[in-house]
Amino acid sequence: MTARRPWWKTILGVVFTALMLFPVYWMLNVSFTKTEDLRLSPPHLFPTDPTLEGYAEVLRQQLPNLGTSLLIGLGTVALTVVIAAPAAYAISLLNLRGGRTLNFVLLVAQMIPGVVMAMGFYAIYVRLGMLNSVWGLILADSTVAVPFGVLLFTAFMSGLPRELLQAARIDGANAWRTFTSVVMPLSRNSAITVALFAFLWAWSDFVFASTLARNSALKPVTLGIYSYIGNNTTQWNAIMATAVVASIPAAILLVVAQRYVAAGVTAGAVKD
Amino acid sequence: MTISAAPAVLPAPDPKPGAPRPRRPKGGGLGGSRWVAAAFAAPLLVYLLAFYAYPLIRSIDLSIHDYNVRAFVQGNAEFVGLKNYIDVISSPLFGQAAWNTVVFVFGSLIFQYVLGLALAVFFRSNFRLSGILRALFLVPWLLPLIVSGSAWAWMLNSDNGIVNSFLQAFGIGQINWLTSPDTSMIAVIIANIWLGIPFNLVILYSGLQNISPDLYEAAALDGAGPWRQFWSITFPLLRPVSAITLLLGLVYTLKVVDIIWIMTSGGPANSTTTLAIWSYREAFGTGQPDLSPAAAVGNILIVIALIFGFIYLRMQRRQEQS
Repeated sequence: MTARRPWWKTILGVVFTALMLFPVYWMLNVSFTKTEDLRLSPPHLFPTDPTLEGYAEVLRQQLPNLGTSLLIGLGTVALTVVIAAPAAYAISLLNLRGGRTLNFVLLVAQMIPGVVMAMGFYAIYVRLGMLNSVWGLILADSTVAVPFGVLLFTAFMSGLPRELLQAARIDGANAWRTFTSVVMPLSRNSAITVALFAFLWAWSDFVFASTLARNSALKPVTLGIYSYIGNNTTQWNAIMATAVVASIPAAILLVVAQRYVAAGVTAGAVKD
Repeated sequence: MTISAAPAVLPAPDPKPGAPRPRRPKGGGLGGSRWVAAAFAAPLLVYLLAFYAYPLIRSIDLSIHDYNVRAFVQGNAEFVGLKNYIDVISSPLFGQAAWNTVVFVFGSLIFQYVLGLALAVFFRSNFRLSGILRALFLVPWLLPLIVSGSAWAWMLNSDNGIVNSFLQAFGIGQINWLTSPDTSMIAVIIANIWLGIPFNLVILYSGLQNISPDLYEAAALDGAGPWRQFWSITFPLLRPVSAITLLLGLVYTLKVVDIIWIMTSGGPANSTTTLAIWSYREAFGTGQPDLSPAAAVGNILIVIALIFGFIYLRMQRRQEQS
């Protein structure tokens, strides 16, 4: 296959990618457009006369929201890994009774629509006074990531060489020590994948945020954008600037951790 | 689908649930008794009970009581049995929402799959830059849905959207993508297809990697062109992966809320109200949360999702056994 690598395929590929990414380009373009130019017809295809008005608006209004999203994302990552990794260890390496049933439950759990979970959480949080709290959102967001985390960790840990673990045991390490000093260090890549996805999902969450934190003082940035769209339809440059800033984690992920991303997408949907 | 897909298009990880694990001798687990194993799994079990089972029980509880705002605060809602379900199903909106769900799900899936497959086949031959370009195709899937949703909403804006001004260059008059009931569904489906292509591309591409290149070489020697190779080798051998991609996509597209809500809020005139949107709107879309009917719709949606979910799991298991 290396013999012929026709250029026309590369050119075609670039064209396809450009088409696919046009909405992203357009978001960038609009974010640099002056407010008075937003209604131009036809619109400027390139930011020939760029402005940072939109980004100034982001700095003025969205910084606290970005901080809140960061906090929620990190909290979700911590909670997810702390719960998922030990459970996966028990399922894959400690002969947990009912481990297969548990796996099945987790698969089914992923199919439950978020809107139903949101209603359940809403009903619970009203009673407990947990609406509009960062903790409430971290808990709710983690429900998306925990089943994924357990399944991904389990798949990886089942493949660990048993000799290594037996050696640890012969050396006198108990289950906990084996977990912390042998299994977890070896599972680093899985942990990165789980953490990345947990963060990204929590950062991007709209359904839980818009239901459980509607009147919160601490809004995640997704709600910041949403309330913008609702109130302020004249300033699409500011909306798009916020959208650009809110996309930064995804961009970093793509650049720094692309192989983990692909690993997460394919994890299991196909067996290889 | 999102995976949100997304979201919506969120891919399900499914690390070989049914894969037979080598049986280890009793008590020969690593590091001790079954109580140790249970201790490690205990946080997860508590978590699942508290944050999955309990919210689900609450949502069933909501659907069989009549929770208005006052009853919600005082906690003395009247028990009404299946009345909410009957009301919901006999409502004129039910048929429309169910039909919209079917149109949205299948409209999205077919195009996501066809385009994803075409791109996967295209990227199969490693040309220069193919790795980078393929990575860039993941972008739509990684962006927060609110970002993609608002970008599409502005692009499809009737007066100032780039799509309409592009179409005008070809003499096509203004289309009210999001504000006319005739086109709103098409508009949200287009956005959702865009969101779902990366997921289909990645999964189908990795499926293609498992097809031996020898087959293609043999076919080429026998004089089969690319078209013939696709229909005689790629497509048939990819069928199991395709089935799984589509079923998983189905389960995830059924529950899409974000992208539709952000773009149209289910309107105009309910033309984009799917079951998930209906449930969301009843519960949270208006000032007055009407959780009981919303929970009834949501629970109906769970049943539908689980039916297809179980088909998916069976198929997955069968594939592993083969």
